[in-house]
Amino acid sequence: MTSTTLDAVTRGRVRRTRRRRAVLATLGVAVAAMATVSLMVGQTFYPPGDVLRVILGETVPGASFTVGELRLPRTVLALATGLCFGMGGVTFQTMMRNPLASPDIIGISSAASAAAAFAIIVLGLGETGVSIFAIVAALGVAVIIYVLSFKDGVAGTRLVLIGIGIAAMLNSATSYILNQAGQWDLQAATRWLNGSLNGSTWDETIPVLIALLTFGPVLLAQARNLTMLQLGDDTAAALGTRLERTRLVSIVAAVGLIAFATSATGPIAFVAFLAGPIAARLAGPGGSLLLPAGLVGALLVLVADFLGQFAFDTRFPVGVITGVLGAPYLIYLLVRTNRAGGSL
Amino acid sequence: MTTIHSLTVEKLTVGYGDRLVIESLDLLVPPGRITAIVGANACGKSTLLRSMSRLLAPRTGHVLLDGREVHRMPAKELARTLGLLPQSPIAPEGITVADLVGRGRNPHQRILSRWSRQDDLAVAAALDATHTADLADRSVDELSGGQRQRVWIAMALAQQTDLLLLDEPTTFLDVSHQVEVLDLLTDLNTDRGTTIVMVLHDLNMAARYAHHLIALADGGLHAAGEPAAVLTEDCVRAVFGLDSQVILDPVSGKPLMLPIGRHHAQAAMS
Repeated sequence: MTSTTLDAVTRGRVRRTRRRRAVLATLGVAVAAMATVSLMVGQTFYPPGDVLRVILGETVPGASFTVGELRLPRTVLALATGLCFGMGGVTFQTMMRNPLASPDIIGISSAASAAAAFAIIVLGLGETGVSIFAIVAALGVAVIIYVLSFKDGVAGTRLVLIGIGIAAMLNSATSYILNQAGQWDLQAATRWLNGSLNGSTWDETIPVLIALLTFGPVLLAQARNLTMLQLGDDTAAALGTRLERTRLVSIVAAVGLIAFATSATGPIAFVAFLAGPIAARLAGPGGSLLLPAGLVGALLVLVADFLGQFAFDTRFPVGVITGVLGAPYLIYLLVRTNRAGGSL
Repeated sequence: MTTIHSLTVEKLTVGYGDRLVIESLDLLVPPGRITAIVGANACGKSTLLRSMSRLLAPRTGHVLLDGREVHRMPAKELARTLGLLPQSPIAPEGITVADLVGRGRNPHQRILSRWSRQDDLAVAAALDATHTADLADRSVDELSGGQRQRVWIAMALAQQTDLLLLDEPTTFLDVSHQVEVLDLLTDLNTDRGTTIVMVLHDLNMAARYAHHLIALADGGLHAAGEPAAVLTEDCVRAVFGLDSQVILDPVSGKPLMLPIGRHHAQAAMS
């Protein structure tokens, strides 16, 4: 072996690692900055110093209530759901080797949303019951989609098409529940159909944080196995990846993240779908996209919620803004797929 | 250098769903040599390779590596001894050559272990061996078919296994690239003593490059041995249902099969 090759290999690897780290650091700073801004800005403006003191537990007249009780749960929930949607979404996209196989496209978010709406509006359950209901429904739908699309292995296209059908069914079920309950108000409707952070409290935020701290590390431990799955099942297995175990653990953890986040905020439109591809663009190919996608998801939710609250005359729920951002990308992907010869 | 490993198949029966593809097959892979598996389409060549590398569990029978059942071995441990390059591996969009080759290091790494100098050395050696060092920073998407196949082989080399199984490594390559890939595998066998088992479509390439030929027919073993003993007119008829004439290849001294076909029977007779 020539030493020039070794040098080139080492240099290339160091360069790519540095880029990844720089992207992660930049995203981390952007998320922190956006979170701080969202705590400062509102009906009343509070300077960063006040915000920091509230977070540290000091009593600041006015700010303690507005920032501590109103804005902080909302910001933390935005951050946590963004991480959940981003990491959960990119897990599915990586596993299925298809950007369209995101949980908010193939009906898994819709399942969590329909179940949460049912549990709250019809059954009147509390936070824990709602989350359990949502995760069971989302896992159930994941299994149904998997079984329905199974024929000599799971093909991406079949899975996506079946998933889109199931998502449509579940969305109409959500509408039906909202109608039947006689509580058809705009708040509930946008929350369960598009996703909203309006009226967030710690009661909703805590379960999402717990889910993030439980399933997040489980998923991160699968990061390398997930990148191996990108090579195709046979190659991944030949390189020592345990396919079934990787898939099982990843699906359960990703569905857990999606379901808990969805039962708190509704299925914030397209965040799971967009985070992975944006993270891939930023971080470059090769490494795991879990963390970058999680941070992009958090940034998307924070920015969209901020825009929804303050950028227009009317206040829009976060899901409406992310929906507007995500739809063109979905159209672009479908058009590109169509040009490439019809296979998704 | 390479340790000698024995890879044997005993009474192996495998299949997909209700269909049995291989029935009660026995064979032995000669260690340190190049073995080519040949046979008609859908006769179970790839299936055999997949079950030899634990991608497919046997219905009955055994695949034994040094006397141990491969389907019971820990995935990574097996992957440090036995590598497999499938027929159509998938390159993640935009991945660079060096990154892809680096994936071959997976069985040598733990969940949270950092990239080591050992890994860099293995990747560099694999790139050099396959003459792909100058492509290292290129994206795999933009390579030609021949370059891409060399990169995949480099990935399998970075895995540093003593046994390497390849499923049709020359498909979709033009003749000069086919020769290039097979020469490369021969180098690997001569220089490092790597045991190579490959499925090949081209009988003549198989006869020229392999020390040991395995001819499969209808999910069973038809013949196995040196090319000169296996590649005969009778064998071609039995395995492919094709009339042929086998002559001595003036270039390699190995058997060379000339298919006859309906339109050239007259010339062959005379």
